[in-house]
Amino acid sequence: MNESTNKKLEIQDNIKEKSRKVLVYFLLSLWAIIVLFPFYWMILTSVKSYGSYNSEYVPKFFTLSPTIQNYATAFTAVPLAKYFINTFIFTVVTTLLMMVVVVLSAFAFARLDFKGKDIVFSLFLSLMMIPNELVIITNYVTITNLDLRNTFMGLILPSVTSVFYIYLLKENFEQIPEELYKAAKVDGTSDFRYLMRVMLPISKPTIVTITILKVIECWNSYVWPRLITDDQNYFLVSNGIQEIRENGFGRENVPAMMAAVVVISVPLVALFLIFRHKIMEGVARGGTKG
Amino acid sequence: MKKNVTAWLCLLPAILFLGIFMVYPLVDVFIYSLEEGYNFASQSYQGTGLYNYSYVLHDPYFIQALKNTFIIVIITVPLSTGIALLISLELSSIKVLRDFFQTVYFLPYVTNTLAVGLVFMILFKKTAYSDGLVSLLIQLFGGPSVDFIDGPYPAKMFVMCFYTIWIVMPFKILILTSALASVNPMYYKAAIVDDTPKWRIFYKITLPMISPMVFYLVITGFIGAFKAYSDEVALFGTDLNAAGMNTIVGYVYDMLYGNSGGYPSYASAAALILFAIVFTITTINLMVSKKTVYYQ
Repeated sequence: MNESTNKKLEIQDNIKEKSRKVLVYFLLSLWAIIVLFPFYWMILTSVKSYGSYNSEYVPKFFTLSPTIQNYATAFTAVPLAKYFINTFIFTVVTTLLMMVVVVLSAFAFARLDFKGKDIVFSLFLSLMMIPNELVIITNYVTITNLDLRNTFMGLILPSVTSVFYIYLLKENFEQIPEELYKAAKVDGTSDFRYLMRVMLPISKPTIVTITILKVIECWNSYVWPRLITDDQNYFLVSNGIQEIRENGFGRENVPAMMAAVVVISVPLVALFLIFRHKIMEGVARGGTKG
Repeated sequence: MKKNVTAWLCLLPAILFLGIFMVYPLVDVFIYSLEEGYNFASQSYQGTGLYNYSYVLHDPYFIQALKNTFIIVIITVPLSTGIALLISLELSSIKVLRDFFQTVYFLPYVTNTLAVGLVFMILFKKTAYSDGLVSLLIQLFGGPSVDFIDGPYPAKMFVMCFYTIWIVMPFKILILTSALASVNPMYYKAAIVDDTPKWRIFYKITLPMISPMVFYLVITGFIGAFKAYSDEVALFGTDLNAAGMNTIVGYVYDMLYGNSGGYPSYASAAALILFAIVFTITTINLMVSKKTVYYQ
C-alpha cells in the first residue's frame, strides 16, 4: 500500500466520522425539539391575545404583540390561586409528615436493636410490591366513612408513608460508623438527640433527594385528589386544570388555559433547574416512573 | 427492654399508617370482590361468590378498556425502550452539549401530566377555528385532515401512544445513560486493540453489560403501561368511556366514582384482574430474563 492511497483512506475515514457526528447531533436535536416544543407552544399561546389566537387558522410560530391579559384572566376567572395554595399546603404538610415517619422508622431499623427486627423489615419490604391501584378502593371507602372527603386530612393521610424511602434512608443511616453512636451513648446523649444532631446532618444529601422526589410526586398527584375531592375549595392544581379544561373559561379560551398551564408548570421546572443534578441522581438511584 | 420500647415507638407511626392504608385494604379488596350486590349506601351485601368477576368480564366497557390497555402496552413499551436505547447510545458518544441534552430530555419527568397533556390536546385537536397544528402539518404534505382527539380510533390511539412515550422517555434515558457510563472502559479498549467492528462491540460488549438495566426498564415499563390512566385523562377528559379510550385503571376508578360510580365490588374485581395480568406478565418477563440477561 503506497502513501497516497493511505492518505485517501484516512480522508475517507475522516469524512465518515464527520457525517456520523452530524447524524448523531441531528437525531439528538430532533428529540430535544420534540421535548421542548410543547413547552414553547404553551408559553407562546399563553401570550397571544384571545382574538388573535382564534383568528389564526394556521397558528403562527411567534407573536409580535405579546400580552399578559391571559394570566390575569387565569387568576380571576377560575380560582387558580386557590388551587395553588391548596397544592402548596398539601405538598408541604405531606412531605413534612412523611419525613418524620420515614426518619423515625429508618432510625429504628438502622440503629436500634429489638426483637423481630428482621421480620418486621422484610414485611415492610414486601409491601413495596403492592400496587396503589389495589389499595385505593378501600382507602376511598375508609376516608369516605371517616367523613374526611373534601378535607386536607383525607388528602394527606394515605400518602405519608413510603416503604421505599424508609429503605433508602436506612441504607444511608447504616453507613454512619457505629462508633459514633457508642461514643454518644457513653456521653449520655439520648437516642433522639443523637438522631437530630448527628445522623440527620450526615445524611443530608439523601434527605434532600427524598424531599425533592416527594415534592414532585405531591405536586403532580391527580388520582387520589380526584377521588377524594369534589369541592373546588380543595382542588389541587391537577384537578384544577382538569376542571378548567372541562368547564373553565367557556371552553374555547385556549390562551387563558395555556396561561394556567404555564403557571402550574413553573414551580417544578424551576425546582428542577436549580436541583438538576440532585434530582437526576435521585431518580437514577431508584426512583420510579413518576 | 427500654430499647425495645424506643424502637417500637419509632416504628409506630409507619406501622399504623401502613396497616390502615396498605395491609387492611389489601385484605379488604379480596373481600369486596367476593361480595355480591354490595350497596355502598347501606354497606350491606346479598351473598358471596364470583359474580363480580363475571360482571366485569362481560362488561363491554371493560373489554374496551382491556383492549386499549393492551394496545398501549404492546406499542409503547418496545418503542420507548428502543428509542431510549438509541438516544442514550448517541448521548454517550458525544461530549459537546451532552449536559444540555440530558437536562432537556429529563424535563418531561418533572412536569404535570395533566397540564402538558392539555398542550398536546391543543396541538392535535381540530376545532372550529383551526385544524390543529399537527393536522395542518400533515395536510402540508398532502395528507388528509385528521382530528386526533375526537376523530377515528387509530388516530386517537396514535396520540395516546405518542404522549405516553413522551412521558416515559426521561426515566428510561436517564437509567440507560447511567448504565452505559458504568461499563468498564477496559472492555472497549481491548475491543479496539482487536480491531472489532462497531456493531460487534455493541452486540458483544455494550448490550450484555447493560442488559440488566434494559431488562429492569422492560419490567417497570410493562407494569407502568398496564396502569396507564392519567395520561388518558389529560388528552381525552374524564369521561374516557365516551371517548372509547378508557384503560383498566380508568375502569376501576369509574366504578368507584365518576359517572357509573359507587360500586367498590366491581372496582375490586377489576383491580384484581389487572393485578393478575401484571403478575403473570412480570413472571413471564422474569423467566425470559433468566435466559437472556447477563449478570456479572
